[in-house]
Amino acid sequence: MLIQFFLKVRHYGVPASITELLDLLKALESQVVFADIEGFYNLARLTLVKDETHYDRFDRAFADYFEGVSEVDIAASIPEEWLERSLQRQLSEEEKAKLQSLGGLEALLDQFRERLAEQQKRHAGGNKWIGTGGTSPFGAYGYHPEGIRIGQDGSNARRAVKVWDKREFKDLDTDEELNNRNIKLALRKLRRFARTGAATELDLAETIRATSRQGGLLDLRYQPERHNAVKVLILFDVGGSMDDYIYECQQLFAAVRSEFKHLEFFYFHNCVYEGVWKTNQRRQQEQLSIHDLLHTYASDYKLILVGDATMGPYEIAYPGGSVEHWNEEPGQVWMERLLGHFPKAVWLNPQPHQRWPYYHSIEMIRGIMQGRMYPLTVHGITDAIEAL
Amino acid sequence: MTRFTSTERYIVSSELALAVNAAVTLEKPLLIKGEPGTGKTRLAEELAASLDTELLRWHIKSTTKAQQGLYEYDAVSRLRDSQLGSDKVHDISHYIKPGKLWQAFTAEKRPVLLIDEIDKADIEFPNDLLHELDQMEFHVYETGEQISAKQRPIVIITSNNEKELPDAFLRRCFFHYIRFPDEDTLADIVRVHFPTIRKDLLSQALEVFFELRDVPNLKKKPSTSELLDWLKLLLAESITPADLQEQHSHGGLMPMFGALLKNEQDVELVEKLAFMARRQGR
Repeated sequence: MLIQFFLKVRHYGVPASITELLDLLKALESQVVFADIEGFYNLARLTLVKDETHYDRFDRAFADYFEGVSEVDIAASIPEEWLERSLQRQLSEEEKAKLQSLGGLEALLDQFRERLAEQQKRHAGGNKWIGTGGTSPFGAYGYHPEGIRIGQDGSNARRAVKVWDKREFKDLDTDEELNNRNIKLALRKLRRFARTGAATELDLAETIRATSRQGGLLDLRYQPERHNAVKVLILFDVGGSMDDYIYECQQLFAAVRSEFKHLEFFYFHNCVYEGVWKTNQRRQQEQLSIHDLLHTYASDYKLILVGDATMGPYEIAYPGGSVEHWNEEPGQVWMERLLGHFPKAVWLNPQPHQRWPYYHSIEMIRGIMQGRMYPLTVHGITDAIEAL
Repeated sequence: MTRFTSTERYIVSSELALAVNAAVTLEKPLLIKGEPGTGKTRLAEELAASLDTELLRWHIKSTTKAQQGLYEYDAVSRLRDSQLGSDKVHDISHYIKPGKLWQAFTAEKRPVLLIDEIDKADIEFPNDLLHELDQMEFHVYETGEQISAKQRPIVIITSNNEKELPDAFLRRCFFHYIRFPDEDTLADIVRVHFPTIRKDLLSQALEVFFELRDVPNLKKKPSTSELLDWLKLLLAESITPADLQEQHSHGGLMPMFGALLKNEQDVELVEKLAFMARRQGR
């Protein structure tokens, strides 16, 4: 009987395994709970769910199985935390403030659910229903600053919070799934250990050597512990076409941040020009010029550029090509200056590898990087690290 | 078998009690997550007390290695002893120091082993403990001994979610997320700690506290332990509910706010909100 329940739980996207099902059965057998639906609920959750963000999915699976609650089509395929996450990850401070006008995220989600329940048929236009066009916060092809976009396959205006196409969870595949832990493991390969700091570890080889030199009289030698000494400088492309990849970049960023001690990061837009900046809101005031960058960070830093390299070819090749300001020298010159200073450099591109040939600018950047451009997947990162 | 329930010093929700009882019965490690200050570590202490057994704490730091939990071989003392011509030196087992897991495996009475803040350790740390926690045995290479558990210790693992834990590790654990208690439970908890507190002060303080938790964008939300500290201060300064009420309605910061807000940006934020509330009031 529990097989069906187990399958239902998995169907709702809780990654439970057979081991966990057996645990649950064992727990029931040993009568931890007995004839008590609430107890069973708690016990099943305890054994099957291993992440509090999956509690909600489990709740829905449970309700579905035991009460036969009818599935609402969209609601079932969009777990709540997707909405929440995509909103949180996309919102700027300003937008968050605007969001308060609707009563905050909770209220927005409540409203969403309410309307989903009210709404029975397909809808387009208008300013309330979930559908296409219009100014409702929910739907596609619309203009509402904090909208939840559903089921839109081409970008209309790049106004909505996220291009939100319906997709089911993909199977764990190293080329698709980019979770934080995978990235960290890939980044581990970049660790270079060096001994610095106080000498606290016994240096066995040196001790033996010193002891035999003393004619067998023990002479202990210590050495400093090993630390990760690799230095990393990361430049992120922000804005414009990169909006769709913010989530991937944040994941990468979070992973990188906890792995390296010497880590510096800056932002640029589309292509590197005279300056880069540290905080995106104050990009005009607080630019650090590339010359300063080159003088501050020695060439033993490893340079990682993250960007989709999707832009007009003139943004790379011509003076004045930048979309934001007048640049005296073309982006290509600045890129080459950077690469001349940092011999160890790679470019990570969140665009899928298959699409690269369709963009002229990607080919150009790839040429400048001498082929060291890798897709932002676990495989790609591993390859990039090897190139470093 | 005795069941773990609320004691006079510690209030457990029925869900948590079930989680603990299931973990004890089925001899599985129990992984506890939750906001800081919701009593994750206290749980292990109270469990050990209620079972009247020993509590072994293994605090994890960023430099902790899995091996340290099993045993450590002190090569330096052995070398030194060999110089001094001590007889001890011929038996290597003198220089093997048992770690927390070893102690837990060989304890006379089934102990509670607390692995505190496992997410602080290196990313590979949980993987290195898979076999040890699953089979409850390990091998000592220096002496060729096989250490296996006399009885499986009750393992409580806490995590603050700083790092994700590997799936293989999670499969071997039970998992419980301690939710922040609701107002009634919180009142129970407070009464356990301050039996003499006046009812009106408590309800007023709880109101302020929950309002503060609802403030959006706080860097660190105050939790149970902060509430208890704050109440202690309120009692020590003998602040009356009327004072609290007055300051609250005038939109100032609550008295002794330092116990609740641990971040200067949060203090600023709350001050600003209070200021705005005051202006609206006029």
